[in-house]
Amino acid sequence: MTRFNAFSLLKNAVTGHKGWTEQWPDSQPKAEYDVVVVGAGGHGLGAAYYLAAQHGITNIAVIDKGWLGGGNTGRNTTIIRSNYLYDESARLFDHSVDLWQTLSQELNYNVMYSNRGVLMLAHTVHDVQSFKRHVHANRLNGVDNRWLTPQECKEYCPPINISKTSRYPVMGGALQERAGTARHDAVAWGYARGAAARGVDIIQNCAVTAIRRNPDGSVAGVDTEKGFIKAKKVAVSASGHNTQVMATADVRLPLESMPLQALVSEPVKPIFPCVVMSNAVHAYCSQSDKGELVIGSGTDQYVSYSQRGGLPLIEHTIAAISEVFPIFNRMRMLRKWAGITDNTPDRSPIIGKTPVKNLYVNCGWGTGGFKATPGSAHVFAWTIAKDEPHPINAPFTLDRFRTGRLIDEAAAAAVAH
Amino acid sequence: MLLIHCPYCDETLPEVEFTYAGEAHIARPENPSEMSDDAWQQFLFMRDNVKGDHFERWRHLHGCGRFFNAVRNTVTDKFLTTYKAGAPRPDLAALKEGQK
Repeated sequence: MTRFNAFSLLKNAVTGHKGWTEQWPDSQPKAEYDVVVVGAGGHGLGAAYYLAAQHGITNIAVIDKGWLGGGNTGRNTTIIRSNYLYDESARLFDHSVDLWQTLSQELNYNVMYSNRGVLMLAHTVHDVQSFKRHVHANRLNGVDNRWLTPQECKEYCPPINISKTSRYPVMGGALQERAGTARHDAVAWGYARGAAARGVDIIQNCAVTAIRRNPDGSVAGVDTEKGFIKAKKVAVSASGHNTQVMATADVRLPLESMPLQALVSEPVKPIFPCVVMSNAVHAYCSQSDKGELVIGSGTDQYVSYSQRGGLPLIEHTIAAISEVFPIFNRMRMLRKWAGITDNTPDRSPIIGKTPVKNLYVNCGWGTGGFKATPGSAHVFAWTIAKDEPHPINAPFTLDRFRTGRLIDEAAAAAVAH
Repeated sequence: MLLIHCPYCDETLPEVEFTYAGEAHIARPENPSEMSDDAWQQFLFMRDNVKGDHFERWRHLHGCGRFFNAVRNTVTDKFLTTYKAGAPRPDLAALKEGQK
């Protein structure tokens, strides 16, 4: 594997880019591993990377039923922010934003992190009050967030319509300047490359069919399409299919899998300098480096594994975009797709140990998992390596649904996840 | 666009008239004060999240306003049947036979 630097880029540029070697091998499974990670998305690959890079565990396999980064990592709208209301969530997501800042340097792979700012628009008095509460709560937690007047919103993002006569007038906005976007595929690729360079096997197109357990109840390994793989520890981060994977180990999860749709427009010249979210009108939008507007909103309302989603939601999303940005209402949309998100009742993730010894789960990221990739992977790796949660993910247990100590971001934070 | 048959109105209508209401046939506890925390957890939060034929509740919000049950395949999103609330679970094998 070639390290990327100015010299290697220049050398390959003048030799016709024929000298690049593969970034990671397409491995076949060995008989036994110290850790098997189920799911080669950003969270799973990242966990393998941090296990190898920070905890000295390199005998790891990351197994996926498809190709790496082919699930929600490659399907999201790439928004990164940490302006969550509760202390627990603020710590978790801000840990992630901290890691995003230097992730490209850490991985020697350009994940194109762009802290272009995330602006959340307020359209009602209630929005104004709740967002100002968020700004205060965030600042007490050391999370960057500040209040903008409608005029300041317009200056920060010129395409916004701040006319007082619009149906949902902009009454202000909360701006997190450290937030932004990143190149989603590059995150999976960068972690895969970094993990593989440290000896991690990445096994693609090999579905895990069951988690096998010893007579004493602890984890024995995983059954896959390519046979049984023995493992000392198994870590599951299979996104929309966590329920099915964990059910084979008799662990029930409080999850519902729902399609989250996104769509992109035709590419246009740079017009949209940041990320704008509008919870009341219900859509979010940014512009990719290719020039497409990347647009999304909430999940479809029903459990589904179809990776399509319904058209009424797209219609609703486009209506919202046209409302906030009338300038875009003649724009043509190129394509739409959906990812299957696993949603918890309190809309906070579950990262940690399970009732089964040596089985770990990182799930329930719902519609907001991409932004948390580095932080989630980092604390999940810690949890797997030390068999105890990192202080940051300690509150995000599966047990909270029994004790009632929920982290209820869904109701109180009113954020579009 | 899903087309959903309301068993009360006896009409097949677009999904925008309906709201989803979660997994069906989860009975409320008869003696709440005697329930353990584990049992509450199962009742309130744990779901089968079926990939395949799913028993679920819908509400005809912008119509008769009533709740009913449905069987829908969560991979194809195709409805196998809908039936009135309180009716027993239909026999899945018979339903699938009818689809062929």
